[in-house]
Amino acid sequence: MATAKPALAVWKFASCDGCQLSVLSLTDELLALADVVDVAYFLEASSAVHEGPYDLSLVEGSVTTPDDVERIHEVRRASRTLVTIGACATAGGIQALRNFADIDGFIDAVYAHPAYVSTLATSTPISEHVEVDFELRGCPVDRHQLLEVVSALLRGRRPSISPASVCMECKRSGAVCVMVAHGTPCLGPITHAGCGALCPAHLRGCYGCFGPAETAATGALAAWWQEILGVEHTDLLRALRTYNAGASEFASKGEQHVASGA
Amino acid sequence: MTTLATTAAASAAEIDKRLVPVPHRVVAVRRDTADTVTIGLAPLEDAPPPFLPGQVDMLYAFGVGEVPISISSDMLLGSQREYTIRRVGPVTRALTDVTVGDRVGVRGPFGVPWPLEDAEGADILVVGGGIGLAPLRSLILQLLDRRNDFGWVSILYGARAPGDILYRSELEQWRGRLDTDVDVTVDAAGAGWHGNVGVVTRLIPRARFEPGRAMAFVCGPEVMMRYTAESLLQRGVPPERIYLSAERNMLCGIGTCGHCQLGPFLVCRHGPVLSWARIGPYVRVREL
Amino acid sequence: MGTPADEARVMGVDGLDALIRALGERGYEVLGPRVRDGAIVYDGIDGAADLPVGWGDEQAPGHYRLSPRDDDACFGYAVGPHSWKRYLLPPRSKVFEAERGAKVFALRSAEMPRKRFAFVGVRPCELAAINIQDHVFLRDTARDVLYASRREDIALVAVQCTEPSGTCFCASMGTGPAATDGFDVALTELLDGHHRFVASAGSELGRELLAAVGAAEAEQADVDRATTVVDEAAQRMGRSLDTEGLAEALYANLEHPRWSEIAERCLGCGNCTLVCPTCFCTAVIDTNDVTGTGALRERVWDSCFTIGFSYIHGGSIRPSLRARYRQWLTHKLATWRDQFGTDGCVGCGRCITWCPVGIDITVEAAALHEPAPAAGAGR
Repeated sequence: MATAKPALAVWKFASCDGCQLSVLSLTDELLALADVVDVAYFLEASSAVHEGPYDLSLVEGSVTTPDDVERIHEVRRASRTLVTIGACATAGGIQALRNFADIDGFIDAVYAHPAYVSTLATSTPISEHVEVDFELRGCPVDRHQLLEVVSALLRGRRPSISPASVCMECKRSGAVCVMVAHGTPCLGPITHAGCGALCPAHLRGCYGCFGPAETAATGALAAWWQEILGVEHTDLLRALRTYNAGASEFASKGEQHVASGA
Repeated sequence: MTTLATTAAASAAEIDKRLVPVPHRVVAVRRDTADTVTIGLAPLEDAPPPFLPGQVDMLYAFGVGEVPISISSDMLLGSQREYTIRRVGPVTRALTDVTVGDRVGVRGPFGVPWPLEDAEGADILVVGGGIGLAPLRSLILQLLDRRNDFGWVSILYGARAPGDILYRSELEQWRGRLDTDVDVTVDAAGAGWHGNVGVVTRLIPRARFEPGRAMAFVCGPEVMMRYTAESLLQRGVPPERIYLSAERNMLCGIGTCGHCQLGPFLVCRHGPVLSWARIGPYVRVREL
Repeated sequence: MGTPADEARVMGVDGLDALIRALGERGYEVLGPRVRDGAIVYDGIDGAADLPVGWGDEQAPGHYRLSPRDDDACFGYAVGPHSWKRYLLPPRSKVFEAERGAKVFALRSAEMPRKRFAFVGVRPCELAAINIQDHVFLRDTARDVLYASRREDIALVAVQCTEPSGTCFCASMGTGPAATDGFDVALTELLDGHHRFVASAGSELGRELLAAVGAAEAEQADVDRATTVVDEAAQRMGRSLDTEGLAEALYANLEHPRWSEIAERCLGCGNCTLVCPTCFCTAVIDTNDVTGTGALRERVWDSCFTIGFSYIHGGSIRPSLRARYRQWLTHKLATWRDQFGTDGCVGCGRCITWCPVGIDITVEAAALHEPAPAAGAGR
């Protein structure tokens, strides 16, 4: 084809790089992808850097420093379509736990020379700073879903990514419900699908890696966990405060429980 | 056991066409308004089954998806069909971006048509709102073709603004006929518009028809259809003679995917054309 | 209940084992109940030893546990989380593939699987559920070839219910605990004295199978006993639902305050719809590959509890949970009749057991059967 291939960029903010590794772990599909896009900026994969603008930017990580705030605006300006990938970018990540505590306390405890640390009091998702065209959930993202998003957006299609519950995938897979059949607390009913119900398939409760589902009834599930399954309220809080702690449907319930007497 | 499974013995090919689109060729593209395009499609292989005004085809844009679109052309035109499409999402964007020679997949026709046969001898009111004129166009062309079979014929049409008026030249042409009333209004007009301003229901009190022998065909946004039906009822048109074209999330077209439910109706199968007597009670319920 | 003495046969566990093997020998893919991950699910079986021998279950709203029995019953439990729709209407199936060149594209319909399924251990409520889905997918005007290709030529070995669970209410729905037709073979398990099965054939295939496994003619005492154990099961239903005038009441109570109350408890997770043996809704999903030359359409189990289910341009018709629960319950117990001429519920109790927070359709329907309390009367 004579026409220029769309330029793809992959950006990193505060994160563990796991979602970028999901891109690399596409292996076979990655070769097909490289045929149809120009990988213009992807430091995790190549030091070759092409100037923007970029047709499609994938952004990993959350905003945690004043520098991040500036940089994400630059990325937005240089990108025609901007997709955030992973729990850090879509909800603030595990590092959003700082949002519930005193950041200065952490800095003093961790760093020998706190004066050199320039950080924000919160870890926030990209969408709190710039307009985001699509958010792909997960800690880490599912590589097949990632490929689906890229394939769809390259063709102007709406990505086929369901925002419904993990239970939908769990039941389709034929797995036995760990909450009903074993009494195991599971966040599946309020968690966004995408992992293929990985943990329930291995008889573990869902950890909520993909964040809240489209209408997460956190309160109703929390009530059942506590009243019927006998989950202590600190354990409930821990379950809600992991990789998507900053997501409002999880965070607000957590706060309510703190307020009601931890 | 297998009683039902073995009886209905439709041929495999025929069944397939209900589930699998047939590629058609784009033979015409006409820009109607800033966001609305009419495309003409002709079959590449066998002609599709004939349609009746009010029926719906599922149009497939390769790799992007499928949407239900009412057929707006004259049913006498043969296997070539026209569809008026407004750009609202990825699939309609792909369908309105086509050029002559492109391919579009077609499944259909689906659903219940406007009850034209029952309308013989009646005073006819066609009430359209916005893109809702598209499913009414194939009906209007039939009404005019068989004009002597009906009493008064009035076409009432409301658009958001003068620039959003669909089928402008045809509306003029229909207005030019001595046997048909055409009344157009816009919600908001700029300079240079000398016609009516206001919602389409305001045209109803002055439309020429005898309520007892009238039949109304209404298509537009749900809220517009609701107010239109109420106005017609007020003028004494019986609810079983007010027909609406309902809109719900149609995916399969044959009543098996469940997405187009509206109370007791599967809109793709029992509709889209339904009388107010049947759907009025449900359309009034919020979020049904 | 069903089995005229002159047709009834009797056999032991070895006969049941031979029956399962005979189906396999005739080229069927034989599926039946098995224990897996703490529940009784449906999967491939090779013989009677694969069945959940000696297992029972304990079911309540939002609660399911396997429990060991003090006998060797093969069918001493009620239905589990799976239903046969998993095989007749798979959770995900291909509708077509398409490929394109410069301007043209070609479509290939999905290959029709021609697996002949044999379902063993089908409960009367499940036979009723299969019949209900037949009314959805095999209507003359809209025969669904994907469903039909899987549905045709299946062999059905039914088992009359003798151990209803705490969430069962088939007796209320008129679908059980006994099946009188719609099967190839129906078994009633008898555990008093010698462990045996009273068997009756409902088709030519059934008669052939019973002859092939050498089932003897049943004595009147066994036939009577089989009737008794099933009659007794009807008295032990964990739940009941008064269907008299229910559909009309639901139509009249679309604005009942109960809907909002349920929405406070409902998770909107969709479990009830996916465990339901009659819920048939599927999403149609179109995708393309990364190169843009290949495209695919699949249909996937969907649920009216998702926001996207009712999506039209401009948004969802039913954004509130109240509206989505109302859609589901009124469909099951009222509008289904108008759409397909049958009820949408068979009283199997799965939606009650497998609701993660134990919402009970029989309780909610009963509350909605009553007129809304007068305003100001409180809750």
